[in-house]
Amino acid sequence: MRVYVPTPLRSYTAEQGLVSAGGATVGQLLAELDRRYPGIRFRMIDEQDGIRPHIKIFVNQEQVRTLEASVDSQDEIQIICALSGG
Amino acid sequence: MSQPKAKKTTRQKGNGSLALLVGTRKGAFILRADPSRRNWKTSPPILLGSLVHHLVQDPRNRRTILLAARTGHLGPTVFRSTDFGRTWKEAQKPPAFPKAPEGEKGRVLAHVFWLTPGHASEPGVWYAGSSPHGLFRSEDGGNTWEGVAGLNDHPMRATWSGGEQEAPPDGATLHSILIDPRNPRHMYLGLSTGGFFESTDQGREWKPLNQGCAAEFVPNPHPEYGHDPHCVRLHPLMPDRLYQQNHCGIYRMERAGGHWIRIGRRMPKKIGDIGFPMVLHPRDPDTVWVFPMDGTTVWPRTSPGGQPAVYMTRDAGHSWRRQDQGLPDQNGWFTVKRQAMTADAGQPVGVYFGTTAGEVWASRDEGQRWSCVARHFPHIYSLEVAER
Repeated sequence: MRVYVPTPLRSYTAEQGLVSAGGATVGQLLAELDRRYPGIRFRMIDEQDGIRPHIKIFVNQEQVRTLEASVDSQDEIQIICALSGG
Repeated sequence: MSQPKAKKTTRQKGNGSLALLVGTRKGAFILRADPSRRNWKTSPPILLGSLVHHLVQDPRNRRTILLAARTGHLGPTVFRSTDFGRTWKEAQKPPAFPKAPEGEKGRVLAHVFWLTPGHASEPGVWYAGSSPHGLFRSEDGGNTWEGVAGLNDHPMRATWSGGEQEAPPDGATLHSILIDPRNPRHMYLGLSTGGFFESTDQGREWKPLNQGCAAEFVPNPHPEYGHDPHCVRLHPLMPDRLYQQNHCGIYRMERAGGHWIRIGRRMPKKIGDIGFPMVLHPRDPDTVWVFPMDGTTVWPRTSPGGQPAVYMTRDAGHSWRRQDQGLPDQNGWFTVKRQAMTADAGQPVGVYFGTTAGEVWASRDEGQRWSCVARHFPHIYSLEVAER
């Protein structure tokens, strides 16, 4: 599936804003991303498998809030960094 | 107040060139000095936009620097440079708490706050202190990290640390990780808040070491733990002597006595003895510098009266002298954080501090005269000396 990567995480993807990855759940998708781009998952997901406060993950423009959310190969995933603060 | 005669300050002792590692709220910078320490050159920003709480050179391999970073939106991590800051690589396994069993609430690391290289006999070992309180150890030069269960899972840890409401405004921090240069198993660390703790078995067991130290913000002002050490230092030439800048004053301990003595009582009353950083002279265990701040009313944490000054003792805290030559004599509302003051090993010693307003001030003569050597940095979190 197509995964849109926000600018703060593109240092992990060789500056690519769009990558592809597979998996049956958001958790599996992020695990695959982490295998290909080591370290990227922990910047988004904490050690208790929580999505970090300023990170939002959308599947086909619907926000998901857990890593158990299902995905399939036709889905479009957007990872958003809520940029705020000074 | 009289000052000792200045020695000629033209050359840095040692063969290497001196640098200051500057950690800021918006990235890190390296300030490189010329041999006279008069002129400083700033590097391009490192990890611009990241909060860099600490970056520290490895004294066992001077080309290596570790850096603790996060951004406002991404999780915390550690970066490592093996070419003195030219290139950086992220840790493969940064510090993190273990995943909690199903149904239990686990701890989430907010940021790595403090980095300490391990003992000289353990070349790959580093320690990291975090917020919330956590102690982590790396045995491979900072590439992979494991929690130190002896502290992180200690049955008293939650009691020592208190609840979230008892944490300082920027979060609870584990800091001042000190390794006895005679024995890698003998360690100390500070918890803000929580107190100062000692281990004699490399972190398996910890005991509070706060006797004599005040905690005026709790009903019992002399509890066993729950204190707020801001910065604790151990003198490498006299490892049984400890100095502490605490929330409630400046202290010294001779370890055999096991009792903190409030040496800040000898500070001028109108200045007080509240502050964050504390710096030791590398060759004289009786010489210490502090940077007092206003700890009255709502704790402005700025220089008392808007007149910044360093205070120095040459007799282990029996007397203090003001060192403000070159610093603003009015409207200088400086705040200097606990990692943002340091000293080099020069002859005479250079002393440095960085402010939350992004200025770096330097003295090449042990604090007698000060000059601003860099300004317009972001809010400075930490300042450490490095020598190539």
